[in-house]
Amino acid sequence: MRTRRTIVFVALAAVLLGGILASLALGQLPVSPQQLIGAILQGLGIDNTWAPADPTLTDALWRVRFSRLTMSILVGALLSVAGAIMQAIFGNPLAEPGVVGVSSGAAVGAAAAIAFGAGALGGWSIAVAAFAGALLAILIVYLTARSKGRTEVVTLLLTGIAVNAFAGAGLALVLFMSNTASREQIIFWQLGSLNGSRWIDVLIVVAVGLPCLVIGLLLARRYDLLALGERTASHLGVRVERLRIVSILLVALMTGVAVAFVGIIAFVGLVVPHLVRMMLGPGHRTLIVGSLLGGAALMVWADLVARTAVPMSDLPIGMLTSLIGGPFFFWLIRRNRAKAGGWA
Amino acid sequence: MTAVAYRAVAVGYRVGSAEILADVSLDVGYGRILGLVGPNGAGKSTLLGVLAGDVAPTAGSVSLDDRAVSDWSVRELAHRRSVLLQSNAVAFSFTGRQVVEMGRAPWLGTPSADEDENAIAAALAETDATAFADRPFPTLSGGERARISLARVLAQDTPVLLLDEPTASLDIGHQEDVLRVARRLAERGRAVVAVLHDLSLAAAYADELAMLHHGRLVAHGTPAEVLTAERVEEVYRTPVRILADPDTGRPVVLPRRTLA
Repeated sequence: MRTRRTIVFVALAAVLLGGILASLALGQLPVSPQQLIGAILQGLGIDNTWAPADPTLTDALWRVRFSRLTMSILVGALLSVAGAIMQAIFGNPLAEPGVVGVSSGAAVGAAAAIAFGAGALGGWSIAVAAFAGALLAILIVYLTARSKGRTEVVTLLLTGIAVNAFAGAGLALVLFMSNTASREQIIFWQLGSLNGSRWIDVLIVVAVGLPCLVIGLLLARRYDLLALGERTASHLGVRVERLRIVSILLVALMTGVAVAFVGIIAFVGLVVPHLVRMMLGPGHRTLIVGSLLGGAALMVWADLVARTAVPMSDLPIGMLTSLIGGPFFFWLIRRNRAKAGGWA
Repeated sequence: MTAVAYRAVAVGYRVGSAEILADVSLDVGYGRILGLVGPNGAGKSTLLGVLAGDVAPTAGSVSLDDRAVSDWSVRELAHRRSVLLQSNAVAFSFTGRQVVEMGRAPWLGTPSADEDENAIAAALAETDATAFADRPFPTLSGGERARISLARVLAQDTPVLLLDEPTASLDIGHQEDVLRVARRLAERGRAVVAVLHDLSLAAAYADELAMLHHGRLVAHGTPAEVLTAERVEEVYRTPVRILADPDTGRPVVLPRRTLA
């Protein structure tokens, strides 16, 4: 098991690294690997001869490509880990921020911030509003969909439909009330894109996301015990109530901050933890580390496809992940229905 | 007189107007097995929940080692008592061994953590679960799940064990095994409280029985004292005859049946 874990982690890290290198090298600006290394060093304050002769090229690489790449790594990791944590507290492998409407809740908050320019908090306003929306959505789902410490699949999905519909209405209302410019901004942002990620955005995502990832990892062992049911977990010394509250906040923070800057990117939190579980089993320490690596790798590659598949244009990445995630979700439902009771 | 683990005094529990437990007083001693018996819905599981600290009684008091159960922290309780619930579902495909390992969680970071490997292996051996320990829990049969869950409780290695129907869905061989394990634990000074439905089984292994009916303690004493034909007939509403086990002298409860 241990060697298997090492192999999978190394493989995931290799896929991630490959994605990072490919993303650095490919794009509208043709750059040689040598120039790339030069540009990276230059940006870090080390003068060298490899850097592109034209300083605007170095500048563009840093401002556009590198920040976007960093953002994709962060968002992929956050969404996957958020999915894994949500599945742990719902005791259900189909719980995912996008599916149950947490992302939509965040979207309503963020859209409202864009439309009404809640400028009081500066660059943070969208993130804060998205967090508030996400928190509200996950609380609704959590309070209505669970009974006796578990979530029936049907209840969970139906609650998701209700929350998504409600959030859709909220989003429509915000669109209706906003002016043409912000309307356009909201629509494109909502499709999900890593285009235009700025370093200040990346910084906010790091500031919020990194502590969440660390806390998630620290709680992993307790999530294992939660799989035995809430009462049994508490018999084994877990303060279940506190664990649930902390976890709900974590999911809302991670989803909110990701959605705030890149829009709705659904199914990542569903697909990645599921694949990791299939490879490494359900233990949450490996699951969270694996999801972190796998989510980052998936998002880096997906974004590379999004910005290079059609020349001179940028596909919405949320559309791409749903295109793959939708059928995957369908397959999961079919498979789990086939083996009755497989939900537990 | 043996040391007292639990002391329940006039415990009552009501939800709205429904009285689930009323005026239950009993002691649970170390080194003894207490069998909780009674018909369905008598309040046995609720009483076990009160002892475990899951259910706060609405009347009376419960103490563990002379300290109110509500004053114990969750972690302290996990070091002191283990609980086997009636339903033992596991979310996600953890293997049996991983489930048993979770029983060691309270000891993480304590000197006892060095015992983990031994405790897990011993618990699996005692419940005869080693053979299927590496299979995913959701693929196991009901009886196999029950044995893995019991192994998890044994691995927790606490001085007090609260077992809610540990023999449910087990064949008679494994039922006897489970109570022999309980017997050995009691002989090593542990306090064991077990909810049991099979009165003869309870009578054969328990040091004392407590019979609940409509949330009240109707009898508490040695199996022979508690299991009289009149009382069993009144509480369970079916005619029975009580025999003495030819080998042990313990009471055996036999329902009176007529061939149709």
